[in-house]
Amino acid sequence: MKTAVIVFPGSNCDRDLAVALEAVTGVKPAMVWHGDSELPEGLGLVGVPGGFSYGDYLRCGAIAARSPIMRAVVDSANKGTPVFGVCNGFQVLAETGLLPGALMRNRSLNFVCRDVDLEVANTDSAFTRLYEQGETIRIPVAHHDGNYFADAETLDRLEGEGRVAFRYAEDVNGSARNIAGLLNEKRNVLGMMPHPERRIEAAHGGDHGRRLFEGLLEMVGA
Amino acid sequence: MKLKIFVTLKPGVLDPQGKAIQHALGSLGFAGVDDVRAGKLIEMQVADETTDAQIDEMCRQLLANTVIENYRVERA
Repeated sequence: MKTAVIVFPGSNCDRDLAVALEAVTGVKPAMVWHGDSELPEGLGLVGVPGGFSYGDYLRCGAIAARSPIMRAVVDSANKGTPVFGVCNGFQVLAETGLLPGALMRNRSLNFVCRDVDLEVANTDSAFTRLYEQGETIRIPVAHHDGNYFADAETLDRLEGEGRVAFRYAEDVNGSARNIAGLLNEKRNVLGMMPHPERRIEAAHGGDHGRRLFEGLLEMVGA
Repeated sequence: MKLKIFVTLKPGVLDPQGKAIQHALGSLGFAGVDDVRAGKLIEMQVADETTDAQIDEMCRQLLANTVIENYRVERA
């Protein structure tokens, strides 16, 4: 499966994501610079990595979401290509409007950097299909702006449509209804604050993140 | 033309920074401070022929995230 990882100035998890994708797919991802306006052909996944794109200026993810490559990512997502945004990548996807709501400063105002338990809230997507419904997985978070906000009507709709993919098992950052990861309507876009790419082998302290990439590979095919 | 654009959190959106400022003012001994909200002021110089509609688009497309923020434009 061909994959691509978008690289913004200030991305710092792009290589983690690339290593995880290569480990699972056996193919090195294309690293695509934010100033490019086209993605490679035939991608099975576009990864939007963690970090502090553009120094989090204005709002986290705001400037990155308006970069030339993100126009191509949005077009590609709308045509059905799987897109996965992790941490800052989730913030970027929310700023593009591919995912609803916004990520705000953690309620505690503290940067949170630790392992957290997540509940797999929905397994009906390429990303979550190899997990068990309601399963608890342990994945690290490392963010300052992970406090998910959407109005009550939107939250009800997201829950009704089964679009909450992951929830924190405890209050980690003040997120509405403990939302840690969200799917778009067509379920080909996933954004999440925790970092599954940092948990893909025993040497990482666990491999609970690995099935996310494996599920996608099985679904999309080699 | 000079513009001042005020970007503020919508009512009902929790503002942790505002809360922290309020707390700090309290610990400095200022009593009776309530409901502190922090926002942004963006100043810019634009061509005189810039229309209101264009300014509005700037705000909606980039300067404010209308999911959580309101904006107000002042022309100097």
